[in-house]
Amino acid sequence: MSPLGEIVILTIQVSGSALLLAAGFGLPLGALLGLAKFPGARLVQLLIYTGMGLPPVFVGLVVYLLFSRSGPLGSLDWLFTPTAMIVAQSILAFPIAAGLTVAAVRSVSPELVLQVRSLGATPGQERWTILRQARRGVLAAVLAAFGRIVAEVGAVLLVGGNIAGKTRVLSTAIVLETRQGNFGFALALGLVLLGLALIANALFLRLEGVRV
Amino acid sequence: MFRLRDLQHRYGPRTVLKIPEMDIAPDELLALVGPSGAGKSTLLRLLHFLEKPSKGQLIFEHNRISHQFPVPIAVRREIGMVFQRPELVDGTVWDNVALGLQYRARSSPDQVGKAIEAVELEHLAGAHIRSLSGGELQRVALARVMAIAPRLYLLDEPTANLDPRNVGLVEEIIRDIRREGAAVVLVTHNVYQARRLADRVALLISGDLIEVSPVRQFFEDPQDPRSGAFVRGEMVF
Repeated sequence: MSPLGEIVILTIQVSGSALLLAAGFGLPLGALLGLAKFPGARLVQLLIYTGMGLPPVFVGLVVYLLFSRSGPLGSLDWLFTPTAMIVAQSILAFPIAAGLTVAAVRSVSPELVLQVRSLGATPGQERWTILRQARRGVLAAVLAAFGRIVAEVGAVLLVGGNIAGKTRVLSTAIVLETRQGNFGFALALGLVLLGLALIANALFLRLEGVRV
Repeated sequence: MFRLRDLQHRYGPRTVLKIPEMDIAPDELLALVGPSGAGKSTLLRLLHFLEKPSKGQLIFEHNRISHQFPVPIAVRREIGMVFQRPELVDGTVWDNVALGLQYRARSSPDQVGKAIEAVELEHLAGAHIRSLSGGELQRVALARVMAIAPRLYLLDEPTANLDPRNVGLVEEIIRDIRREGAAVVLVTHNVYQARRLADRVALLISGDLIEVSPVRQFFEDPQDPRSGAFVRGEMVF
């Protein structure tokens, strides 16, 4: 396969896995926080909202230290592998997936909840209806998390190392080509990345029943 | 069907409802009238067990409900309410009307279709609720309650957003509901509507129950001078 093909495939693999992880953990936690009233829920929410603004290089640094040879998880030997990149991107996207899901669930009108209860919903059915009602907001949470993952470069550069044929993805390739002065090629890579994002978003919207 | 004894409800320090004694018969239509802020909607919420009364007894079919909150779902499901400002779930008219049956794990396209037909929205059954007018939404809100066929209907100004033709339609539906044996508590600002539909009329002012009388007596020979004044459209306090 051509080097560009490898880069594109790896980008899809890393971003897709990171999104699966971030959404897989973020959406249920967001739904739980949005629906439940338990002690500490507000504190967790505050932490998640703060996490939405995590600086990528900081996350990259922490993951780097965790996976470095002398770090606590050094024995896994994940540093400079796609796995480390997936971990870093998941950490960055997780608070966005969770935080925006909390907001979407909380935005469902309390009056609607009351009227749904009035129609004879059990507490479980009530929660299910709220989640269904919030689904457009939840989709937006997934899209925003995906946007963060696709746009990210600082963390993956640190923990992946941009090794050709091994950990080079579109965003890190763009950095490299720009540094080497190959602006035309860098720009082309950028357009490929945009194209991927466009296709992914169209697929998400189709899930929601929107025709594009 | 319902017995209310020494019922009181407070929001914070403010007593918003005080009903020493009132009964609701299983087959009657009781109209609740009174100025805005009289406590009519609060009373409906209490009758639907959506709020726990601050004091007193609420007895539904021999169950002393006021002593068993949260109320068992089976009891709540005997009652249906049409809210003053209906909120519908994201979906089609059909989705909304089918919702109550879905909660009861019953799928009855017949009942859903009949309810939609009754409010004359069959041409919009597949339409998304975002495309509906205020009056149409109000009729969907009525249909979604009709689909579950409750034994007691609580109607909070169900004709407030409707044009005269649809007021007539909804009033006819209310008569049909009664022919099928359900009881109705109707909150209305329109005393003429109360006179057209009700068996008895209750007047609430500032949370106090002023009078409950058979409809004829309420309009022709009220026991309290404030009832007469209210009917004549005068200010009552």
